[in-house]
Amino acid sequence: MNTMLKKMTRRELLATTGFLTLTFAMPSNLFGQQAPEALGIAGGSGLPHDLKNNPMLSAWLRINSDGTVTLLIGKVEFGQGNRTAIGQVCAEELDVDFSRLQIIAGDTKLCPDEGVTSGSTSMPDGGTAVQYASAEVRGILLGLAAEKLGQPAETMKVKDGTVTAANGKTTTYWELVVGKALDVNATEKPILKDPATYTIEGTSVPRVDIPAKMTGGESFVQDMHPDGVVYGMVARPPNYRSKLTSIDTGPIEKMPGVIKVVRNGSFLGVIAKTKDEAMAASAALGTAGKWDVPNDMIGNAGIYDWLLKAPSSPNIIHDQKRADGAAPVKTIEATFQRPYVMHGSIGTSAAIAQLGADGVMTIHTHSQSVWQTAEAIAKMLKVDTDKVRCIHTQGSGCYGHNMADDAAADAALLAAAVPGTTVKLQYTRAQEHQWEPYGPAMVIKIKAGVDGDGNVLDWETDVWSTSHATRPGGNPGNLLSARYLDPPFEQPTPKEIPGPNFGAGRNAIPLYEFPGQTVTTHFVSEMPIRVSSTRSLGAYANVFALESFIDELAHDAKVDPLEYRLRFLKDDRARAVLTKAADLFGWSNYKRKPNQGRGIAFARYKNYAALTAVAIEVRVTPRSGRVQVLRASVADDSGQVVNPNGIATQMEGAVIQSLSWTLKEEVRFSDSAILSADWASYPIITFQEVPSIDVAVINQPGMPFLGTGEAGQGPTAAAVTNAIFDAAGVRLRTLPLTPDRVKAAMDAKKS
Amino acid sequence: MLNFQLNGHDVTADAPDDATLLWVLTDDLKQHGLKFGCGLSQCGACDVMIDGEVVRSCQTKASSAGGRSVTTLSGLMENGKASKLQQAFIDEQAAQCGYCLSGMIMTAQALIDRNPKPTEADVRAALNGNLCRCGTHTRIIRAVLRATE
Repeated sequence: MNTMLKKMTRRELLATTGFLTLTFAMPSNLFGQQAPEALGIAGGSGLPHDLKNNPMLSAWLRINSDGTVTLLIGKVEFGQGNRTAIGQVCAEELDVDFSRLQIIAGDTKLCPDEGVTSGSTSMPDGGTAVQYASAEVRGILLGLAAEKLGQPAETMKVKDGTVTAANGKTTTYWELVVGKALDVNATEKPILKDPATYTIEGTSVPRVDIPAKMTGGESFVQDMHPDGVVYGMVARPPNYRSKLTSIDTGPIEKMPGVIKVVRNGSFLGVIAKTKDEAMAASAALGTAGKWDVPNDMIGNAGIYDWLLKAPSSPNIIHDQKRADGAAPVKTIEATFQRPYVMHGSIGTSAAIAQLGADGVMTIHTHSQSVWQTAEAIAKMLKVDTDKVRCIHTQGSGCYGHNMADDAAADAALLAAAVPGTTVKLQYTRAQEHQWEPYGPAMVIKIKAGVDGDGNVLDWETDVWSTSHATRPGGNPGNLLSARYLDPPFEQPTPKEIPGPNFGAGRNAIPLYEFPGQTVTTHFVSEMPIRVSSTRSLGAYANVFALESFIDELAHDAKVDPLEYRLRFLKDDRARAVLTKAADLFGWSNYKRKPNQGRGIAFARYKNYAALTAVAIEVRVTPRSGRVQVLRASVADDSGQVVNPNGIATQMEGAVIQSLSWTLKEEVRFSDSAILSADWASYPIITFQEVPSIDVAVINQPGMPFLGTGEAGQGPTAAAVTNAIFDAAGVRLRTLPLTPDRVKAAMDAKKS
Repeated sequence: MLNFQLNGHDVTADAPDDATLLWVLTDDLKQHGLKFGCGLSQCGACDVMIDGEVVRSCQTKASSAGGRSVTTLSGLMENGKASKLQQAFIDEQAAQCGYCLSGMIMTAQALIDRNPKPTEADVRAALNGNLCRCGTHTRIIRAVLRATE
């Protein structure tokens, strides 16, 4: 953690003895985030997305006279290893040793605004921006060296910041910038390194954040204990739509250690001297209030019927007409269902806030979206945006939009009540479990018309889902507590994000070359249960459905499921990934054993990002329906590889987390309350349930970075489902695949 | 006032008898190697040792540490360096977010203390009550086995 650096202001940073200040003129041929060819280095033109938004090179890089390099980035670390990987890109392209880097990430006052760290975009967006910025700065430094040494820049060689001219004369980056405040307009396109010469990219540089985490160092916002800190807690309503009608806070104000009770509308919070005292007071607050509690929730069992009947408007996101008019010999259809699932961070969300004498609310937060969250909090507090500074500080892994932003907002609401005092807030387990925005329930119907050889002629997918995107986005109505203030900030009605690769429609379009294809999303804007972005958004359920259904078609056609996929998959990289996973698994010489089976699945995340295939072997116990996952073989192509071990780690995590979702997880709720309130009522995967996992990382030198973190979840879900079918002959289409469901399907098949 | 040994040093905490050990260690004694995860003894993020036995500090009263020896993650370090087990976790890069790891390492150390040559099945059984959400399980298992090779 850059504790020391984080305390510095931008002015203090600029006041270091020597550094390079650059201004950067923007070329006109810019590109955005969506187009795959624009993701990175090969064949792209113009500026990478995040550099386009922050074109000042000094916003990203400082060459310091003490021989260090300060890299400022907007993409933040939450366990995915992006800090190290982006640092590798910088060190590689700038030609300095990795150890010279000081990286500051996600401080709204100091760093370039790179939006939200989400959607597996740290490398495609952040990594590419840093690559271009670093190459540009290297070019400028070489120009300075040429001037100083009187030698042409093209002949210079650089090793770890030492520049050597053809005549043997040398200088260093650190000498070149001493005593100068350079104002340089960079106008040329940067000269990027040849990937064949890489010495830092493509190697498994150990993660910079790991040693402190293993030895008890200060790593997380939860670890911070600033001098004079006091402890805040909130007390939540009985359920989403409850209203506080009355409360006598007097007795709670007299409880030991209580500094202040904060009530605003139906928002209740307390600040106390110790955490124990704050927890006791917030528990008392929770029971002291008189609440109007509507009991009109749907209940988790009824959610799929509700989704199909709720008002929605069909949106055809993909429509490819088949040219010939041959009638299918058979139509096959199936319905798949995915329940609400939790992010389920092991550490409950936390934040530390202080309202300074300058009127600035400074918040240490593990938010993925520090800028937009700061804006939303400023609006909630009714102050200018520059009066809220968010400083990203690591938290427990979040896997999407969990309660990090809510904790930041709650800490700010409490800190605003005690100006000058530092307030630390961390939720209880029940508060995190019951109030986080879940990954939404979905229903997916797929229908295929096939010819006499089992080839797909027409393919139709329909997807029903509520929103996958209620991040703060600068709107206080997306902060949980703001909706309970007086007057309340209303949650904005979510809209479907246009385009086929976002939200509910992500990965619903088949990459298989079927002649006729129609994909329709049915976006339900109502949200009976709080929902938002959860790792891979709609892709998990859509790939589960699509890759399960392909397996059903292969079985119906009496063709090996790997062979059947390859029949319709024409893209070389896709075929290579699928074949690699199969080889790693030993698909072609698989030895069948009783009650055991294998399954395989493939997806290209968002249909343009990382390509991933997963093969899985399971054993199903007929008596209990218990599924034991024995092993998983994974092949991944994330484009140019920066840190192979980092990609492998992300893939292992994706497989294991997906197995947990797929086999075990479902948020349960009644007509009046969320019932999944702790790890006993919402169990997740444990050590004895985790399989061995082999990962093959396929490098594509010079190709764009594709990102990795969300590519493996969908294929894993389908691979395990397909393996259960192979082992037990039953096709399960509703998640999670609990022993009860497997057993019921096996019993039904027997009778 | 509460007196006990923390990582080999005598400490005094100005905390009531019914204070929670977790908060006394983190908030009063500035220990970072234990985390609040659930407060329910369900996840293990808060695991520390008292006299060599792993306890869930979120549901342990500070008074029960009185006069005894408490070890947190930083207390496993040897001469200011990562212990063999900690180094094995670093070498295996056995972390994603790392929030659960202090509890994992404390529990693994307790396993090694009573069983210096655990099998993979022993490691899985010993850690089964410690939850990891990032999916780092296979690396954690490898790290523990590496430390006992």
